[in-house]
Amino acid sequence: MAQMNLLEAIRQGMDEEMEHDPRVFITGEDVGPRGGVFRVTQGLFEKYGPTRIIDSPLAELSIVGVGIGAALADLRPICEIQFADFIHPAMNQIMNEAARMYYRSGGTWTVPMVIRAPYGGGVGGGLYHSQSVEAFFAHTPGLKVIIPSTPYDAKGLIKSAIRDPNPVLFFETKKGYRLIKGDVPEGEYTVPIGEARVAREGSDLTVYSYGMMAHYAMQAAERVSQTDGIEAEVVDLRTLLPLDTKTVLESFKKTGKALIVHEDNLTMGFGAEIAAILASDGFEYMDAPIQRLCAPDIPGVPFSHPMQDYFMLNPTKIADAIRDLAAY
Amino acid sequence: MAKNTTDKVRNGRATPTSRPSDSLTKDTLLEMYWKMLLSRRVDERAWMIHRQGKIVFHISAIGQEAIQVAAAYTIHLGVDYIVPYYRDLALVLCAGVTPEDFMISLYGKEGELSSLARQMPSHFGAKPFNIVSTSAPVATQVVHAAGMAFAIKYRIQNELQDPNDRTQPRLAVTSLGEGSTSQGEWHEAMNWAGVHQLPFICIVQNNHYAISVPVDKQMAVPNVADRAAAYGVEGIIVDGNDVLACYDVMHYAVQKAYRGDGPTLIEAKTYRMTPHSSDDDDRTYRERSEVDAWRDKDPLLRLANHLKAQGLLTDAVIEGYDKRARKIVDEAQRAAEERPYPPGESAIAPVYAEAN
Repeated sequence: MAQMNLLEAIRQGMDEEMEHDPRVFITGEDVGPRGGVFRVTQGLFEKYGPTRIIDSPLAELSIVGVGIGAALADLRPICEIQFADFIHPAMNQIMNEAARMYYRSGGTWTVPMVIRAPYGGGVGGGLYHSQSVEAFFAHTPGLKVIIPSTPYDAKGLIKSAIRDPNPVLFFETKKGYRLIKGDVPEGEYTVPIGEARVAREGSDLTVYSYGMMAHYAMQAAERVSQTDGIEAEVVDLRTLLPLDTKTVLESFKKTGKALIVHEDNLTMGFGAEIAAILASDGFEYMDAPIQRLCAPDIPGVPFSHPMQDYFMLNPTKIADAIRDLAAY
Repeated sequence: MAKNTTDKVRNGRATPTSRPSDSLTKDTLLEMYWKMLLSRRVDERAWMIHRQGKIVFHISAIGQEAIQVAAAYTIHLGVDYIVPYYRDLALVLCAGVTPEDFMISLYGKEGELSSLARQMPSHFGAKPFNIVSTSAPVATQVVHAAGMAFAIKYRIQNELQDPNDRTQPRLAVTSLGEGSTSQGEWHEAMNWAGVHQLPFICIVQNNHYAISVPVDKQMAVPNVADRAAAYGVEGIIVDGNDVLACYDVMHYAVQKAYRGDGPTLIEAKTYRMTPHSSDDDDRTYRERSEVDAWRDKDPLLRLANHLKAQGLLTDAVIEGYDKRARKIVDEAQRAAEERPYPPGESAIAPVYAEAN
């Protein structure tokens, strides 16, 4: 089995789907000869040429809007938004058009497209190269929202996303692109959309997370196991919409304590939904107040290092929160 | 390559002696007149039943039928992609939507064609006729049309479609009002169409008003078509109330798209003869004399006069058409009124498409 990093796994998944289906194409800023600013599409231009790897104008609205049109015309676009922070000009197209097309056409017009965007902070990106935007989309029926945290899941989920007949937002932790490595099998496999994964078994409490924070949660869980003998279960949500409430509740039933971790800011973040589900459907299993460990409610990740570090979560902060909750 | 408002084809007169509309047969001309008339009568009935309190909303195509019918008679209906806007009643009626379908949408009744009655009326869409579902935020559809035109070019370039296969879509045509060209969406779509020289036709139905706001508060140039050159798109201005001139420019743009020779912007200068919608009162922002002056340029009246002068139409025939239209509209209204409403719980699905 090959070891690869997160971005290589995403690239391999897209490459396999492009080989398998001539309707699949990639468009976005600098995705062509440059191979994307993070190099996720590196080598694909050389392999598939300018008719399938298409450098777009510098305009996110139409990267998505043209993708919607192509999807309506039965192609399978993969639209890359260079940074999740730049997705906002395309909000109208995503929210009003892609998300609502199937419903508003009485189930006749479908939008089978993937919108990929690197998200998240901790890379010196300041307010506009660090955002976590998943909550906006997870609030929107008609969309699917995926955030993988391992290369295995990233490849399997990007393939499922490309094959899905609905618009899928696929957020990639840019900090984890090269940092996160793992085994990825050669050849065909997929990971189903809408299924969370118990990344680590434990009995004392459950950490719910996704993306880069799921990766950190695993490190934190290993640490507290060694130092404190606390066994935390880690649930990697993988898909936020549709959410796997069954796995979420099963773990809570087992541990009775929940720590929800995301690097998006706290208020109205995705963790609020998890907390609400646990409170309403898991009340009788609850042994402690549901905890959320999230970024502060400020408008973005500041640039200067000490402020960035203050904003960002890390395995140490997560480990501290695990200890506090375990002690309750 | 792209040119700005070419004099050569301005107003559809490719050469003074030869116009594509010259080859239209009597039968086709009368059929076009009939389509314009039927759309007008359906539209007028919608206003009437709104005033009677039977429906809650109508938004009108009255005065703008000529360019719509011209578009319908130049593209390959049911095959080419149509990405309309909310005033395209005449266009969608030509493309396969029936007066009864439209009446059902006005009443929001069960099984409504475009959206199962989820959307307000005139938010057209009909998959069987390749009419894309449209929304209310203006100009969003223009980007989709660019994407669909892009898909055509993509399929040809990647050998998924034979460029001469007439059973496949060979162009995408979209329309919008002149006010909507202030949206970034329109500019970005035009840019894509220009960069990739797509088989894309953008019809701007310049009806002089965006609800109450006149053209000179919408843009600093006199014509929307003047902006086309900036995108490498050919821009053409046409008298939007002259259906034959509209036919000529549409014919030109369609054949150009089929040849793979790139996109065209057609600015049809016309006039919104009604308030913006049933919720608007246009007496608050325009003079009656202005509206009355445009009544004399009514495209339906003009075509009737032209056909009468050619000896192709008589008042008796018009009367017959009117009678026929009234019967169709009466029956459509009755069918819609007798139809049940959808059950409330049918709101819940479908939200997601299932994998095949």
